[in-house]
Amino acid sequence: MSAESSRCAEFWRGVRATFPLVVGAIPFGIIFGALAVNSGLSAAAAAAMSAFVFAGSSQFIAAGLVGGGAGALLIVMTTLVVNLRHALYGVTLAPHMKHLPQRWLAPLAFWLTDESFLVVVERYRQPDASPYKHWFFLGSALFMYTNWQLCTWIGVFAGRTLPDPGGWGLDFALIVTFIGMITPGLRSRPVAMSALVAGATALLLAGLPNRLGLMGAALAGVLAGALTERWMAAHRAEPLAPPTAERLPPP
Amino acid sequence: MIWNEIILVTGMAAVTLLIRWPPLALASRVALPQPVVDALKFIPPAVLAAIVVPAMLTPNGTLDVHPSNAYLVAGVASGLLAWRTRNLLATILFGMIFFLIWRRLW
Repeated sequence: MSAESSRCAEFWRGVRATFPLVVGAIPFGIIFGALAVNSGLSAAAAAAMSAFVFAGSSQFIAAGLVGGGAGALLIVMTTLVVNLRHALYGVTLAPHMKHLPQRWLAPLAFWLTDESFLVVVERYRQPDASPYKHWFFLGSALFMYTNWQLCTWIGVFAGRTLPDPGGWGLDFALIVTFIGMITPGLRSRPVAMSALVAGATALLLAGLPNRLGLMGAALAGVLAGALTERWMAAHRAEPLAPPTAERLPPP
Repeated sequence: MIWNEIILVTGMAAVTLLIRWPPLALASRVALPQPVVDALKFIPPAVLAAIVVPAMLTPNGTLDVHPSNAYLVAGVASGLLAWRTRNLLATILFGMIFFLIWRRLW
């Protein structure tokens, strides 16, 4: 296969892998647009936020804060905290993307969302040595981005005619997307332990402002997973490892 | 768009890019210790669980373990389907329909 056709193939693979996540993001984008205009943002500001910030949960919270009369500084600081998890995603992807120039890294970083991160990290972990996995990322990112813009506009128009978008129940779409992504992986014991500890810690820290608890819970979960993995490796290695010449007692 | 909104959107865009870009930009210059690299694979399940568990159990800010909590019931039902089928699209569609119906019923 020529280089160009492999790039193209990776791009469309990224688009296809992201399709279910786009379905889950559609309702979320629509409620964002509707919520934004209902909480007093102009249609242009709602569209600009989706175009230039492109971070669903923080846009959602910002719309809520605008509705509550909060100032720009508080909203920007809240955005910072809510989006801190993207730094974790960046750190995870970084070892795979070392070879890329900044003209690739900057736009891909801008387009880094929960959804694209999840499919892209899976792609990077597949053992094949394709040098074009960043094209997969690009396909995933552009699909998510285009969809997010369209859904925001739909929401902006729907929100002008339909009141109380928060009550439509569309917010469950994001939750079920994440449930669908997390559940199959729970067959691995370290992953299950990681999710359990993160979930429990998030409940305990739910009182902290601005979703700071989310970061604490995520870090606790990562630590729990890593420790479980080490503990399992240590306890599996001894009884199961086949005896080797060095381990046999001297005659 | 008024000035307030321009400042707001610019500020949000700036802090978000400042979080997303540096970890990728510095990738070629910083080598992470191996135990850290090994632990990175737990970031997706940990972050997702930290978002999903409170959203299901405390949808209105307080603990709500009751069949009338559609987030919890539909969340568990979707989780079971995802466990059995591993089909993400089917899980999302089923979960949303189940959620909307369950909320009507209660």
